[in-house]
Amino acid sequence: MIEFKLPSLGSDMDEGTLVAWHVVPGQAVKKGDVIAVVETTKAAIDVECWHDGVVDRLVTEVGQKIPVGALMALLRAPGEAVSETGMPVGSAPPAAAPERPRSSPAARRRASELGIDLSTLRGTGDAGAITYEDVERAAPGAPAAAPVQAPVVSRAVEMRKSIAAAMSRSKREIPHYYLSETVPMRRALQWLLAANAERPIAARMLPAVLMLKAVALAVRDYPEMNGTFIDGAYRPAAAAHIGVAISLRQGGLVAPALHDVGAKNLDLLMRDLADLVKRCRAGSLRSSEMSDPTITVTNLGDQGVQAVFGVIYPPQVALVGFGRIVDRPWVEEGSLSVVPVMTATLAADHRVSDGHRGAMFLARLRDCLQQPEELDGAPRE
Amino acid sequence: MEHHVNELDVRAGVIAAIKAVAPEVDADKLAPARRLRDQVDLDSMDWLNVIVGLHERFGIDIAETDYARLGTLDSICSYVSEKSR
Repeated sequence: MIEFKLPSLGSDMDEGTLVAWHVVPGQAVKKGDVIAVVETTKAAIDVECWHDGVVDRLVTEVGQKIPVGALMALLRAPGEAVSETGMPVGSAPPAAAPERPRSSPAARRRASELGIDLSTLRGTGDAGAITYEDVERAAPGAPAAAPVQAPVVSRAVEMRKSIAAAMSRSKREIPHYYLSETVPMRRALQWLLAANAERPIAARMLPAVLMLKAVALAVRDYPEMNGTFIDGAYRPAAAAHIGVAISLRQGGLVAPALHDVGAKNLDLLMRDLADLVKRCRAGSLRSSEMSDPTITVTNLGDQGVQAVFGVIYPPQVALVGFGRIVDRPWVEEGSLSVVPVMTATLAADHRVSDGHRGAMFLARLRDCLQQPEELDGAPRE
Repeated sequence: MEHHVNELDVRAGVIAAIKAVAPEVDADKLAPARRLRDQVDLDSMDWLNVIVGLHERFGIDIAETDYARLGTLDSICSYVSEKSR
């Protein structure tokens, strides 16, 4: 029997509330299938299954708040015999509550009076239950904004607390060092303009994908920038799952992983990035996106800031920052011209790397961005 | 595609494209001659989504090299009207 436990959702989240099951006992699941949705302070996370198997029993109840690591369900491994309780497959009553969210009897009565469908509401009561007030707010002509407003406000507060906890922990535990480098961007921007001219508007690429790909290529030569430091030991990661710092319109910050950046060409990266940003802002992410980042990139250039000296997200060991691309006087081979340049910064964990290696990593990153055509190629073996 | 695009429709469509990306925007409070991105929080992804929205709504092509002409609500509306003819 496989114990399926709530996976880690990032270092700043310790618990979540089960919103829905997407499987029932007897259902076959494959690794990567979304089996449940868990609400956290940052998003509704689609929890992915890590095993192939058959669902034996759903343990957690809808609406229940559980910590990371809690047992959620039992799965039979492929080939394993039916549950020892002797109950045939499918006859066990599903532990999952119906799709309809929990609600108080008063709420249900009022909803029925007003003709409101409870499944369209977000509950602000205990464990996400829908209260009478939630129904009242949803009534036509109600003065308050849409029903989701109350939970969004409290989620913003909770998210702030999570971020505060993670950033405080980072500064307490990680001895940060900081380096910065000026990166000429003329070739990269010219290449991008030409590449975009050949593409329809919907496939247009942002400079951000060049930067992300460059980071993925640079960490191949500097593996001490890409991995996790847990229990006193550093484990370099096999691939670059880059956490992309995305600010949320209602306030707050999430940095979910763009998986396997090094293996993707720029068009695919752009599609995946756009999809990630969209889902992130809609508050819907996958658990592997929350738990897998191996290094984080924060691009604050759009906000008009020259350089960003960030705080590393534990258990990662580095954070790369990109500032605004701005025209500057630049000397190349003895002559002066105007070149668009950008400040790239590295915040790195001094337990794992030293400034010398950090400096070489930044130089490599700068060099990658001078050869944009290399960024679009198939990965070098 | 209509040859004469109504100015009011253009303005409404442009505002709708912006609001689709930045729903918190209060159109009445937007200073039409002031730089849009000083008034609305739009990063490069948001801006691209606005551009795509304009392309889809009005059926016009917007070259990247034209972005410099799209600084204010007024200039965006002029551009869209011009391209829609």
